[in-house]
Amino acid sequence: MISLAGRDILHAWGKFIFTGVGLGLLIGVTLTMAGVYRGMVDDGKVLLDNSGADLWVVQKDTLGPYAESSSIPDDVWRSIRTMPGVAEAANVTYLTMQVARQSNAGDQDVRAMVVGITAGEAGTPGWPPQLVAGRQITRGHYEAVADIAAGFQLGDVLKIRRNHYTVVGLTRRMVSSSGDPMVFIPLKDAQEAQFLKDNDAILMQRRRTEANPAFNRPGVPGLLDAVIASQTSNSSVNAVLVRIQPEFSQEEVAEPIRRWKRLTVYDRAQMESILVGKLIATSAKQIGMFLVILALVSAAIVAFIIYTLTMDKIREIAVLKLIGTRNRTIAGMILQQALVLGVIGFVVGKISATFAAPLFPKYVLLTPVDSALGFFAVLVICVLSSIVAIRMALKVDPAEAIGG
Amino acid sequence: MAENTGKGIHIEGLSKRYGEGDTAVLALKDVNMHVAPGEVVGLIGPSGSGKSTLLKCLGAVIDPTAGRMVLGDETIFDNGWKVRDLRALRRDKIGFVFQAPYLIPFLDVTDNVALLPMLAGLPNEEARVRALELLTALDVQHRAKAMPSQLSGGEQQRVAIARGLVNRPPVILADEPTAPLDSVRAMAVIRILNDMAKRFETAVIVVTHDEKIIPTFKRIYHIRDGITHEEAGEGRSFD
Repeated sequence: MISLAGRDILHAWGKFIFTGVGLGLLIGVTLTMAGVYRGMVDDGKVLLDNSGADLWVVQKDTLGPYAESSSIPDDVWRSIRTMPGVAEAANVTYLTMQVARQSNAGDQDVRAMVVGITAGEAGTPGWPPQLVAGRQITRGHYEAVADIAAGFQLGDVLKIRRNHYTVVGLTRRMVSSSGDPMVFIPLKDAQEAQFLKDNDAILMQRRRTEANPAFNRPGVPGLLDAVIASQTSNSSVNAVLVRIQPEFSQEEVAEPIRRWKRLTVYDRAQMESILVGKLIATSAKQIGMFLVILALVSAAIVAFIIYTLTMDKIREIAVLKLIGTRNRTIAGMILQQALVLGVIGFVVGKISATFAAPLFPKYVLLTPVDSALGFFAVLVICVLSSIVAIRMALKVDPAEAIGG
Repeated sequence: MAENTGKGIHIEGLSKRYGEGDTAVLALKDVNMHVAPGEVVGLIGPSGSGKSTLLKCLGAVIDPTAGRMVLGDETIFDNGWKVRDLRALRRDKIGFVFQAPYLIPFLDVTDNVALLPMLAGLPNEEARVRALELLTALDVQHRAKAMPSQLSGGEQQRVAIARGLVNRPPVILADEPTAPLDSVRAMAVIRILNDMAKRFETAVIVVTHDEKIIPTFKRIYHIRDGITHEEAGEGRSFD
């Protein structure tokens, strides 16, 4: 038996191709939306992977350092380092801000996550695990390692607050959970940048302190200077990243820190659930809504097209039924056409999404699983969309082929 | 009254009622008809006389209310259908030729004709060979690979006749087959129907209003208000 659907498609191939391409662009948008969500999740996981930490020690009862602000003293890491099961512990600060690149053509702003890392060597928690160009930070001040997504090159000079930093190394896929490229600078510089005020504000603060009789006591020399010094320095970090010894479990190490240091400790799974479940939950819901709407629109388009194509063939369907064609043959013809339309649409959609993904400013991750699910969803949508047309075709009275 | 020879198509006391009670309409009343194998008869009557209803009953598209129909040696209706699969009955035992050819636009000429035997389960190649034989007999074999939209009206109608004949049915029901054609082409179609009827021993019933072809029938059934009257036709030459 010949394929009636195949012959009809070959006969009206232009209509099918153009319709399939239109549908494919819609499917491409749907796949890209799914890719945006996957990219956000992946950005979060990459952030955790690249931190090189097993545990995140943060201010008590906060979801820091990525989802909430967290501030802990910068000397806590020493006592944590001595606790059982701790292999390494390092301070870290995170600050998302506009970083200016200075060039002859003028300053250019880039939104970046500035990470303050302790002095050490590659492999220390918080440090970029590998570079694609240049070297790691070796000096205590004014050097930076930047992700290439920020557009920086080796030797570029960045301006963070009032200080200038020379880019000495470049990384790839070192991004924050919101996809902003990371810029690594020495911890002391980062601590200063977090709380550094402009000169006018510092002067005003000093005057206020001097005018405060509690701090400016004639009988206590040196008190005022000490207070002012404490106001203009920052001895806090956002978190301590901990790497544990292999023979210890995460909970074995985390529990004593929680108990004795009065701090909150998250392991990898907890931190991932904070990033995915809380930080990008709203975005995920937003994207989920878009996916539902796009799926409904796709279904409506396929249903309308298949319905129209079937309406165009009502007389032929009546003739086919009159000359003895089985209902299932006619239903199969319509169903196959809907599925072919879906397959054309999916192929076009997949290709367009693959080529469009790198053009998006944020990371778009198209996974084979999502593609397979998308393909399955397209087929289901096509089957459901063809039901109306099939019902209509099966209702066609073969007597319509005979006049009168 | 027509005589049942045991072949062709034989109808006795066929009636069809639409609706129930006060709104009931008797579209066919005690219709009797017999068309022998190889014979072409005309069925003529004014609009609303019951022609189409009779054709639909004969074509197993609607259910007669009462009566008896014998197709070849098989009683297909006797106050109820005697065959379970009416779709297969239409496919294998009844050929249809319509006012417009109604060819399937996405199948070429050969496959338009070969579709019926394919639907009946014949392998594609065998079905195409059978279709080509008929297309050759109808002198359209040179358009075998053409699409219906590339054919003239006369060629399309010949292909439609080939489709009606391809499963060698004992009866062909032709509904106004010459209506869209000029005199020459109309006569050509009637000649072909007569030739094919004789060649394949097929009974042909032609429903028509066409004054050009009515004189060619040797027997005519007039139908008015659902009642048929048989009379002898002129049986003129087709030329």
